[in-house]
Amino acid sequence: MKLILEKRAFRSNTMALLSPLLAIALTVFFGGIIFALLGLNPLRALYIYFIEPVTSWWSVEELIVKAAPLILIGVGLAICFEAKVWNIGAEGQLTMGALAGSMIPIFFTGWQSPLVLVIMLVLGALGGALFAAIPAFLKTRFNANEILTSLMLVYVAQLFADWLVRGPWRDPDGFNFPKSVTFEGWQVLPTFGDGRVHIGAIIAIVAALVLAFMLAKTLKGFEIRIMGNAPRAGMFSGFSPKKTVWFSLLLSGGLAGLAGICEVAGPSGHLQPSISPGYGFTAIIVAFLGRLNPIGVVFAGLLLAVSYLGGEAAQIDLGVSARISQVFQGMLLFFILACDTLILYRIKLMASNDPKTLAKIKAEAGS
Amino acid sequence: MSEAPSLQQKNQTPLLEVRHITKMYGDLAANDDVSLSINKGEIHALLGENGAGKSTLVKIIYGSLQPTSGDVYWQGEKIIIDNPAAARELGIGMVFQHFSLFDALTVAENIALALPGKLDLAGLSEKISRVSRDYGLPLEPTVHVADLSVGERQRIEIVRCLLQEPKLLIMDEPTAVLTPQEADQLFLTLDRLASEGCAVLYISHRLEEIKRLCHNATILRHGKVVADVDPQEETANSLASLMVGSDIHTIGDKAASVQGDVVLAINNLSAPPDGPFGVALKDISLEVHAGEIVAVAGVAGNGQGEFFDAVSGEKVGKTAQTIKINDQAVGHQAIVARRKLGAAFVPEERLGHGAVPEFSLSDNVILTRHATGDAIVSSGVVKNAVADTIQKRVSGDFDVRKAVPNPEARSLSGGNLQKFVVGRELDREPALLVINQPTWGVDAGAAALIRQALIDMATRGAAILVISQDLDEIFEIADRIAVMSRGQMSPARPATDMTPEEIGLMMAGSHEKNDQQQTSEADSA
Repeated sequence: MKLILEKRAFRSNTMALLSPLLAIALTVFFGGIIFALLGLNPLRALYIYFIEPVTSWWSVEELIVKAAPLILIGVGLAICFEAKVWNIGAEGQLTMGALAGSMIPIFFTGWQSPLVLVIMLVLGALGGALFAAIPAFLKTRFNANEILTSLMLVYVAQLFADWLVRGPWRDPDGFNFPKSVTFEGWQVLPTFGDGRVHIGAIIAIVAALVLAFMLAKTLKGFEIRIMGNAPRAGMFSGFSPKKTVWFSLLLSGGLAGLAGICEVAGPSGHLQPSISPGYGFTAIIVAFLGRLNPIGVVFAGLLLAVSYLGGEAAQIDLGVSARISQVFQGMLLFFILACDTLILYRIKLMASNDPKTLAKIKAEAGS
Repeated sequence: MSEAPSLQQKNQTPLLEVRHITKMYGDLAANDDVSLSINKGEIHALLGENGAGKSTLVKIIYGSLQPTSGDVYWQGEKIIIDNPAAARELGIGMVFQHFSLFDALTVAENIALALPGKLDLAGLSEKISRVSRDYGLPLEPTVHVADLSVGERQRIEIVRCLLQEPKLLIMDEPTAVLTPQEADQLFLTLDRLASEGCAVLYISHRLEEIKRLCHNATILRHGKVVADVDPQEETANSLASLMVGSDIHTIGDKAASVQGDVVLAINNLSAPPDGPFGVALKDISLEVHAGEIVAVAGVAGNGQGEFFDAVSGEKVGKTAQTIKINDQAVGHQAIVARRKLGAAFVPEERLGHGAVPEFSLSDNVILTRHATGDAIVSSGVVKNAVADTIQKRVSGDFDVRKAVPNPEARSLSGGNLQKFVVGRELDREPALLVINQPTWGVDAGAAALIRQALIDMATRGAAILVISQDLDEIFEIADRIAVMSRGQMSPARPATDMTPEEIGLMMAGSHEKNDQQQTSEADSA
């Protein structure tokens, strides 16, 4: 007996839509098992992890604050992955965007004007896009694999940021703490009421809507889909593979950079050695969980934001490591990819040959 | 051929017998109660249109598929053939239509990869030389596959099977890639094998060659056996009508073509090869006038793909003057600019080049027509309704059969998709159509419809350049014929002045300029 994967003659559209829900259910189920193995009551643990974060207004606000960067990066990556350009370095582009935007409050500390905020956001997007231009150039010029180059540049960006906030950009009045000056006034994003939700959430939703329209209704979207699906046909259609690589990397890098500056000009209010809790990597899961569809990404971003809050809650209430959220995110990505595979393929059990018959034929052939 | 061995001995146990084989894919029966038997020393033809179920049956016999029901008997014993390795162990060898050879390895190394047991390259090379000479398929074991012609590559596949001393050899459309001379040589080899007692299961569309070679023929249609016949007693026409199910449509005679203006002019087109195994184009010149069909004959892999890319603009050249469409020099411009001048292109590969398998038909309309004045795109926004209207019109005009109004391209059969891909371009009423292998792997009905459409198009005044390996097709539709071999092209001459034999020799390279001339030209270029 042996197991083989056989391509299905038809793929079910219903299953394609159900796949993320199935993956979530499987993640919750196996998450429960993990909690049980840790000696916790699985139902209580799951409640604290998944449900409690959305039971109070305060935590819903926090959820939106965490979902905004995930969505903003995730929609860019969705476009990128749809074109089969594998930008794994959004975390680095986020960091460079944050650094580029922060130049204004750090070098022009006293400047206050609505223009400041606009320039900061533009610089943030530019910083991310320029940093993503490095893998784009290496890919189109030398055919270097963008998975490796974009990923490795993440560490370059993070160490550069670390050096800046401990060295040249350290707040002179900051008691030697590794952080920049605190941003104030027009240097931070306006919030809604006196809560923590800032206009980054609006930017994320607008980006999702614009990109959803682009992907579904414009020639640019057609180009992205065709280059990802059948590059030879895309070239026959008249599109250039190199332009697609440039476009998708600059777009996703720009959005990641925008998310980066929104993060430091929003919840943080200053630069510090670690700018994001891995939003750039988690957004990869968000993009896939959202079916590479910008609207789907909005929901996926909210869900993954729960996993961050749940991790914090689990650490406080249950005494387990906050790393549990990474375990959940990993399981979720695994199950969604597994479900997708099973939509396109089915597992088949092959019956083995009857050894007797074969032996008999071999004996006859020998005689 | 002339004298078939006496196969009428009823008491002889057939070498291979399949009984009541049915293979279901969902609701579709690819094979429906198919029975067939082959004796030792018999060359047995398996005939049928595309999608008739030939490949499915052969894959079951070769062990790569399992039947849904029905049995396989080998020398009278009921067996299950689990996988190709088991089939080879029984003595079943198969030569596929698409070769699985490594270009960068030598002949002997390629064959060694397929053989079980310890590697003895020297001994194997000696054996290859002997066997290939014996059967009239000379092969040099130390040559790299990349340097061989398609016909020689096929020899490797055949010799690879022969080394395992097969009792049954399955050949899938072996002559599709051969010149007439190479095919003749193959027939001699197969006759010799049969006379030594090896059975051959021979799959082909080419009726003349089945009449010449085979002792028996099983004809499949829609997965069912419709007839078992003796091909000697049939005519090519009677075989064809059994295969298609009705008398096949014959193409109407072309109106004597009036030569119009030059629409496409190719001047001294040369291009370096794409990669280590690509074909370089050498100094190709050709003119196509309005109202005529010019065909480029040639065995696959002699630079036709590279030629098509250069003419379509998928590979852009350096000098503008190399390619002129309607007197506009476009050698340096890409495919969209050429389309805007009224040119239309149909590549050889339907899935993944001419059409995106996962896209709906209306999206596939956008593929080639987003910039050609059909108002599909206005200020960057795609109007899907316009594309869908075109899709419906093309499907109606070209008899594209589909299960749902706007299906994914991959769900269409080869013939229907080809009708759609050709129709999508003809629907534009282009001034110039360049089409590579217009009816490759397409059933007889669809092929006739496509050829007729091309002729009608030329009659209406379009210039048409057809690249094809199918000589019958070329003689059916072409006004003038040029032949391509190893990246060079012979001057186009009127079809009425040329014979298939002559073209066969040119396909083998008789028109090529010698190497010295080429080098001096390359230097001066």
